[in-house]
Amino acid sequence: MLSQQKRIDIAKRIAAEFEDGQIINLGVGIPTLIPDYIEGKDVYLHSENGLLGMGPTPEEEFINMDLISASKKPVTLNTGASIFDSSDSFLMIRGGHVDVAVLGALQVDETGEVANWAVPGQNILGVGGAMDLVSGAKKIIIATLHTSKDDTPKLLEELTYPSSGARKVDMVVTEHAAFEFKEGKMFLREILSDISMEALKDITPANYEVAIEKLINT
Amino acid sequence: MKKLAQIEDVVKLIKDGDQLLVGGFGLSGSPLSLIDEIAASGKKDLTVVSNNLGEKGKGLGKLLVAGNLKKAIGSYFTTNADAVNAWSKGELEIELVPQGTLAEAVRCGGAGIAGFYTKTALGTKLAEGKHHMTFDDGEYILEKAIKGDVALVKALKADTLGNLVYDQSGRNFNPAMATAANLVIAEVDEIVEAGEIKPEEIVTPHMFVDYVVITKYVKQGGKYVEPAEAN
Repeated sequence: MLSQQKRIDIAKRIAAEFEDGQIINLGVGIPTLIPDYIEGKDVYLHSENGLLGMGPTPEEEFINMDLISASKKPVTLNTGASIFDSSDSFLMIRGGHVDVAVLGALQVDETGEVANWAVPGQNILGVGGAMDLVSGAKKIIIATLHTSKDDTPKLLEELTYPSSGARKVDMVVTEHAAFEFKEGKMFLREILSDISMEALKDITPANYEVAIEKLINT
Repeated sequence: MKKLAQIEDVVKLIKDGDQLLVGGFGLSGSPLSLIDEIAASGKKDLTVVSNNLGEKGKGLGKLLVAGNLKKAIGSYFTTNADAVNAWSKGELEIELVPQGTLAEAVRCGGAGIAGFYTKTALGTKLAEGKHHMTFDDGEYILEKAIKGDVALVKALKADTLGNLVYDQSGRNFNPAMATAANLVIAEVDEIVEAGEIKPEEIVTPHMFVDYVVITKYVKQGGKYVEPAEAN
């Protein structure tokens, strides 16, 4: 399966998690694919740079580079959208007013702690809104490929990269599986590819309990 | 109009070593003409508080190229290769702050609040050395307010009193920055008569604004371009 198809599958699975009326913040990476798969859902996209009700990419002639997403790409406003300043935008994030944040990750440990801003040995010069979202969103879903490009596992017993915060995430969705975290424990909820349980275990050093709710591809 | 000024004149009010609060999210809502004038001014040892340092060679990135900067305080510098290089060579100090903490620190700076406790960055490298305190719902870290000597903001338009409105998400950090410095300079696309902007539409009331300058940039195809590049 091509990498882009895996990323789309992850985006689709996470979009299925959204409920009508929710305020959703989408981080960079795989989360930016999600808007293509929420058609028919009555959700509102929040963008950290000060938008609620963010719509799709405009036609070229309507591009305004002062109407952009957190990834600095041109966007549009849906009916009923609002604009506010950065301090209000992060009040919404930090104050628990955003229902779901979907974030990318470099690593997640078996307690649900996430590392998504820095790699040891490299310059640490960017954090953006990652830590604010980790600390403040009501529910955090991590969208990530199961392993890195060189097949290094990303779901680990312990983080080896710098943590993004003490707050634990609620869910991780990869191309192979969906995991949930509760009270510092990791549960395998769904298998999302044709991978065997043994093969999944081999690429997942994190300890998890098998608590399957549904098997998509069996 | 009392507050209307020339870009060249207001930039002279900035002193070597000043701390500048500069609005913008990347190049959106960035006071590009004021930045160009600072880059040309030869000012030294400035500290810039802004979410990013523009992009390589653009916006605040020009101050790096021109050698105006001692330090940058912001949340995301990785997208400007010049900033990464200058930091690696020890030519630029960088203080990395989570984006929401940056916005709130500046808001507090303007609001007469010395600091605040937040859960953002709790348990991370960015919390090291900061005061921790346990409240009813858990542990928080102390962040101090940020103020500036001069704030440079970019608005869509001002009225003749200095009331400001912003263009869409070009608002970003600008309203907070406009409250938190001793001297506040707003760069705008146009100036209208007082009364033309409805009271409920004004985002930054005139009391915060000391000077208004008109941008030299032209908006074309949704992007600000230098006059020389405009068609």
